[in-house]
Amino acid sequence: MIHFYGVSKVYQNGVTALKNINLHIRRGEFLFLVGPSGAGKSTLTKLIFREELPTSGQVIFNGKNVARMRSREVPHLRRKIGMVFQDFRLLPRKTVWENVAFALEVTGASRRDIRRRVPEVLQLVGLSGKADMLPDQLSGGEQQRVGIARAMINNPVLLVADEPTGNLDPETAWELMNIFQEINARGTTIIMATHARDIVDRMKKRVVALNAGCVVRDEIGGGYRDED
Amino acid sequence: MRISTIGYYFAEAFRSLVRNSWLSLASVGTVTVSLLILGCSLLLVLNADRVATTLESSVEVSVFLHNGLNQDQVNALEEKIRALPGVSQVRFISKAQALAEMRQSFGGQKDVLASLDKKNPLPDAFRVKTQRADQVIGVASRIQAMSGVDEVRYGQGVVEKLLAITHWIRLAGLAAMIALAAAAVFLISTTIRMSVFTRRREISIMKYLGATNWFVRFPFLLEGMVLGLIGALCAALLVYFGYFSLVRRIGETLPFIPLITGGRYLQAMLGGLTVLGLLIGALGSTISIRRFLNV
Repeated sequence: MIHFYGVSKVYQNGVTALKNINLHIRRGEFLFLVGPSGAGKSTLTKLIFREELPTSGQVIFNGKNVARMRSREVPHLRRKIGMVFQDFRLLPRKTVWENVAFALEVTGASRRDIRRRVPEVLQLVGLSGKADMLPDQLSGGEQQRVGIARAMINNPVLLVADEPTGNLDPETAWELMNIFQEINARGTTIIMATHARDIVDRMKKRVVALNAGCVVRDEIGGGYRDED
Repeated sequence: MRISTIGYYFAEAFRSLVRNSWLSLASVGTVTVSLLILGCSLLLVLNADRVATTLESSVEVSVFLHNGLNQDQVNALEEKIRALPGVSQVRFISKAQALAEMRQSFGGQKDVLASLDKKNPLPDAFRVKTQRADQVIGVASRIQAMSGVDEVRYGQGVVEKLLAITHWIRLAGLAAMIALAAAAVFLISTTIRMSVFTRRREISIMKYLGATNWFVRFPFLLEGMVLGLIGALCAALLVYFGYFSLVRRIGETLPFIPLITGGRYLQAMLGGLTVLGLLIGALGSTISIRRFLNV
């Protein structure tokens, strides 16, 4: 579903983030991106939803060349991709319900769709009882559940998570991993950049390790190694 | 575009107005003040124009003739004056007519008039009007040079001053209008910039969630236009009621000043102010929006 062909990225300040990446991700996969800080994990995810353009090479998503896409097509690309962030990126003055509904509102969805879809995803992440609370009344784990609910509300084919458990304690992180597994089991492809070693080890999924902008390891069922 | 989306735009615009209520109030206030001054200077210029035009059209050249010219000479002189460039009207006032006019204007003082009946001291005269007030001086000096003309009179000095004054009022009014409109645009753009700035997080999240540029822009555009519109309406109302009470008072005490009282002029001007407020708001927000949408 996602293909990187010879992708390199050099930022304007001269930093080389990615060097000649060739990577192919199939529909329904659950993929961990591991590697030290600055290895290029975030850049790789940003290329998929076109927050950054590759310096050379091609990124194909769902048969479309993301790099050559016209800017007015970008919003429609992003509606097919759910995004989960380390810092949650919730709107502090909106309730849980409003934060989740917001993702539908920006696509111009009807109120009926919103009223139908929001309870569904809140149930998926186990927050049905907290729809009217504000983000700062929730724990970190609960806030990230809101983030996941928001990412899932457009029924995306791909979920990109950039260190989703980075700010959370291990127990909470595992609760969230269960939700991610549930989402993956329903058919959504997941790409997750992470430093959480024991999660990667125990999940037994495909692991792509980056170092200094190159893919140094790509194995299924692998673990997090010291050199990563 | 869906109804619910339009509802979203308005809800967002008004939520933002309420959220930044002090800033919104300040910027509505400044728009009101700007357009108020704009409206006042506009009225000042329009009225000055009106006064100037009235005075200009009443400026005429009185040409007094030597005594003892015969009818042919008078006719020849009239032809010559008529042929001057810029002359629009020439009226002959005979001694008898001049006396009759005088009799009218001094109707009460019969003694004076009675003594004049025996020997009329008034000369024959022409009253010459020009197409434009600034031609008076040239025409007057050329008539003065003609033979058979005793004396030429016009509002020497008054016409020149009047022309200079209306010229400066027009220029100053125009400059004030441009400066104030620019100030209002700047103030709205500052308000919208603050509004965009306080919501930059929200904007970046919207972009991640797949909002189109127009979806992000529109509430801000609307916010700016609402600010401009509210400010303009306040200014229009103040100008309208303020001006009418002023006109009423001036009309009581100084009835000879020809002020604009026609509702048509005022309505057009207030409508113009309102549209201008909307445009100022739209322009101000457009300036601020443009740089914030490259997520």
